[in-house]
Amino acid sequence: MVSSSSGASSRPSARAGVEVRLEDLKRRYAGVTALDGLSLTLAPGELVALLGPSGCGKTTALRLVAGLEETDGGRVVFGGEDVTNVPANKREIGMVFQAYSLFPHMTAMQNVAFGMQLHRVGVAERRKRASDMLELVGLSPHAHKYAHQLSGGQQQRVALARALAIKPKVLLLDEPLSALDAKVRARLRDEIRRVQLEVGTTTLFVTHDQEEALAIADRVGVMQSGRLEQLGPPMTVYSRPATPFVASFVGLTNRLNGVVRDGAVEVRGTRLPLVQTDATNGPAVALVRPEAVTLAGEGDSTPGPLNGTVIATAFLGATSRVTVDLGDVTVLAQLATSDAAAHPAGTRVRLALRPDPVLIERDEAAPDHG
Amino acid sequence: MAAVLVLAIIAGIAYTMATAPNLRWEAVGHFLFQRLILQGIVITLELTALAMLIGIVLGAIVAVMRLSPNPVVSSVSWCYIWFFRGTPVLVQIFFWYNLATVLPYVGLGIPFTPIHWQAPTNSLIAPFMAATLGLGLNEAAYMAEIVRAGIISVEHGQTEAAQALGMTRLLVMRRIVLPQAMRVIIPPTGNETISMLKTSSLAFVASVPELFTRSQQIASANYDVIELAIVASIWYLAMTSILTVGQYYLERYFGRGSLRELPPTPLQRFRRMLLTFHAPPPMPPDVAPPGPAVPGSEHR
Repeated sequence: MVSSSSGASSRPSARAGVEVRLEDLKRRYAGVTALDGLSLTLAPGELVALLGPSGCGKTTALRLVAGLEETDGGRVVFGGEDVTNVPANKREIGMVFQAYSLFPHMTAMQNVAFGMQLHRVGVAERRKRASDMLELVGLSPHAHKYAHQLSGGQQQRVALARALAIKPKVLLLDEPLSALDAKVRARLRDEIRRVQLEVGTTTLFVTHDQEEALAIADRVGVMQSGRLEQLGPPMTVYSRPATPFVASFVGLTNRLNGVVRDGAVEVRGTRLPLVQTDATNGPAVALVRPEAVTLAGEGDSTPGPLNGTVIATAFLGATSRVTVDLGDVTVLAQLATSDAAAHPAGTRVRLALRPDPVLIERDEAAPDHG
Repeated sequence: MAAVLVLAIIAGIAYTMATAPNLRWEAVGHFLFQRLILQGIVITLELTALAMLIGIVLGAIVAVMRLSPNPVVSSVSWCYIWFFRGTPVLVQIFFWYNLATVLPYVGLGIPFTPIHWQAPTNSLIAPFMAATLGLGLNEAAYMAEIVRAGIISVEHGQTEAAQALGMTRLLVMRRIVLPQAMRVIIPPTGNETISMLKTSSLAFVASVPELFTRSQQIASANYDVIELAIVASIWYLAMTSILTVGQYYLERYFGRGSLRELPPTPLQRFRRMLLTFHAPPPMPPDVAPPGPAVPGSEHR
């Protein structure tokens, strides 16, 4: 491994990111399929987030890339080199764990410098690079503290510095923010992205928190039952979910009953275009985003398919999320805060559905759908 | 009330012993610093140190083997513990001491080659050697269990984090797991050492001239059996007291990284107490005596 910290720049010299390829990865635990043929290619320097509920196989995928577990099939390729049978300690990975896992008998500085010893980096160079890394994550003043003298967020920064200090081919983040409180989480999330962009290491990030994934990833892979449901830029995954699972897992969704007829779905008197253009006629559940529910005007007491009573308002800043009771169902509408303020809980409103293409879901068990 | 009763009983026993008509306290005083006794102490200490050394090193190896994923390796380790923990240490010392009666010669060699070496068992396993082997091999079985408990007390994430950094299994064990396991390993090991100091008196059966053997040799000549037992007891008590203090500081050393701040040592507490007596206004915390220097903070 090359250990030149080229000249003038005091920044850790970025290793050119390598391409990371997961090819048809399979993993079973005592008869349960954890990973069912996962294929994914990370471009050099790219940050891909694997998002999914617990048990979807995202952590298994990460551990297979790390080499901490053996595959039951498929290959892991780093920069054209097949590492499937290379043990974890020879893969040149940097890993950050949910539980930080700093070495408690060493200071922050020692933790960061430790990995470099194994990579034959000289003492002076080691010390310099360790201080550079700690500076990069903003922890220079705490270099000589032990893990238990640091807060959770600080510990995780040290863990990030430790992982990057060995100039890994790939950075693996296993739910790195899940143990932190909300405020620290948002800050460290952006910090991770800043550092990752600066060093340019190809990164795989596993999380169950869609906000995290959407905020910092170049591409998001949504997983369920050991398979990749959709892979794409955050915007696409959110606004053009490929499957009903993605639609309901990423972002909030209203599930409204409707009927498919002639290539569109009719929901509460409004015809909405379909994403699945090949859908057959019959009853279906339409998945409608709160942003697609708009305020049409003051409501009156007359019943209408989209007339209802405001029952709660969640202030989010420029917009507010309003819960409206339509009688047989409640819907979430994301409205401008000024509109929401004009309609406090208890007032009547008339809603409308914006005709964006929607996904439909069908109850397989229902006997009567076409 | 109960305290008074307890104290009264203790005082009674002490008085009875102190004034026992045939107990010659002057003999206790006379033999306490006798040369033979002092030589015996040296041998007791050597025996304890060597047996513990064998116990700790071999015990650590057996413990790591016991946790090996290889079933043969872990079974061998299991059998070792089973055997040496399952037979009395007195019998084991006796066994090594009398090995020459069944195996007059011990040899080492590589089969089918002329490389061969042998020696009479008796010259190889002298009494001291027999006692050291007996005590040490037995101790290894107990230490193995202590070390194993320490190793499994270290969170598995530590191993994975270390592996990710590029460390081999053995290096992870040496640099990451064992140093953390020490916190769990040290207290019972101190216990074992104190216990070993006294168990070493079993070397008596192998005629090793250690403290207890010496005291009894003297007693067999002058019949002051109890007096010399008291002499031996005083020395054992003195040595275990020193070991107890040593254990305290060892635990402190390995406890770093797990406590936010190490508690002051008795000496520091004493010094602080003196300072508060001499300086009536309470000292601001930043001028207070510096906290314990944490060893190993020099990064490598």
